[in-house]
Amino acid sequence: MEHFGDPSLPAWSLPAGSAERIAIGVEWPERVTRDWAFGDSTGEGVSVCILDSGVERGHPLVGELEGAVAVMKTEDGRLEVNEDAEGDLCGHGTACAGIVRALAPKVGLHSVRVLGAGFKGSGPVLLGGLRWAIEQGFDVINMSLSTTKRQFAELLHELADSAYFRRTVLVASAHNMPVESYPWRFSSVISVGSHEEQDSLAFFYNPAPPVEFFARGVGVEIAWLGGGTIRSSGNSFATPHIAAICALILSKHPNLTPFQLKNVLYLTANNVGGGR
Amino acid sequence: MSDLRAAVAAGALGSEENYRELLQAIVEVARAIFGARASSVFLHDESTDELVFEAVAGEGAGELIGQRFPSSTGVAGWVLVTRQPLVIDELEQDPRFAREAAESTGFVPKGLMAVPLLHEERALGVLEVLDRPQQAAFSLKEMELLGLFANEAAIALDLLQRAREARAVLEEQDGQAAALARLAERLAEAEPEQREAAQRLLEALEAFLGASSGLSLDDSL
Repeated sequence: MEHFGDPSLPAWSLPAGSAERIAIGVEWPERVTRDWAFGDSTGEGVSVCILDSGVERGHPLVGELEGAVAVMKTEDGRLEVNEDAEGDLCGHGTACAGIVRALAPKVGLHSVRVLGAGFKGSGPVLLGGLRWAIEQGFDVINMSLSTTKRQFAELLHELADSAYFRRTVLVASAHNMPVESYPWRFSSVISVGSHEEQDSLAFFYNPAPPVEFFARGVGVEIAWLGGGTIRSSGNSFATPHIAAICALILSKHPNLTPFQLKNVLYLTANNVGGGR
Repeated sequence: MSDLRAAVAAGALGSEENYRELLQAIVEVARAIFGARASSVFLHDESTDELVFEAVAGEGAGELIGQRFPSSTGVAGWVLVTRQPLVIDELEQDPRFAREAAESTGFVPKGLMAVPLLHEERALGVLEVLDRPQQAAFSLKEMELLGLFANEAAIALDLLQRAREARAVLEEQDGQAAALARLAERLAEAEPEQREAAQRLLEALEAFLGASSGLSLDDSL
């Protein structure tokens, strides 16, 4: 079993007199404000992975990518991760990347393409891509997609938990219909639905999960293929808003665990006390 | 054999048409409620990994049914693979999109709403509503309404697929099952006297088959 933190720290139990050794490296203010959480943050030093349909390189709203790979199934059914030369085949990933860049201009953006090669076999490719992204240790992974196949749920659950313990934050689009789909339903991820306000930094905590947060998802100007933009709506676009806000927070407070980060999101949500 | 029994019992030969009509009714209502220029349902054909026009209301009705395109292209493709609904309020003049849209819808829409058709754990297809009136800004209420239509369309699409599968089962059985289904249909249409006689014949046949397969009254005592 892998120990994800500092190996000198106690992993499975806390011997007498060792509380000092697990002192938390975050100075908590009396009241967590947005200013403390992400005021003046640009997202610098934080890596955000867009697990999607690829990202169009050089789109004015996206800028430079630090890396782009495509996960593909070979003829004999194995999964391969290769440099992605094709960019974005449908526009979805580019749209998500543009939203993250707009809110957190200095994040390091990475693209992992798991969509675009047809519907068939998209489940294993999605799982393989997520596993690869978690292994890379990205700080935030944006997943504006889901699967309804139960056969993938258990494996996705394990991956989501492993990301959670490795300090990789998974931000996933919820369904706005009463549908069983994954991974957004897992409590180890941050799930996102839409609100109708036009403020990109407005977000709300939902006291009645499984959808945990609501972010801007209606009438959003998104990056579109060929360097253009369109106005669009959907939870797919609410999700990168929260992914970007996570990046802003992590840039100022790099030691936060996903548990602590979700707590900061909660405390700074518009309907909780954060407001601005 | 349960598929076969269900197929015969449901009179699968006629039900496919009924489910198609149901699906058509759903897109007609969706188009009317949203005041849209067109509405369509795409079925995901798993064997070829393509999206197929299954029902169309408004613009393109009558011409597009049966047309197919790869499951990874177009807005319908996004929606299918991400299983996330999507609304595009204003499409700027992106020639790539225009061409793609024209190929898949017969005209270039200014805006569209698309939602995946999810039934149990399967993604069966996509429902699209194209060109709502420009003055009506999109809201989450409409997304909810679209979700309700999607639910209905998913059930209809599931029924249609089952009817087709049942028909395929009937056709596969060297004509025997099809002959049985035809017999069931004729029986339903027959005059009461004929039906009574046929019923007695069938009972005799059943008794004969029961006896020849080794079942007898003694066995059940």
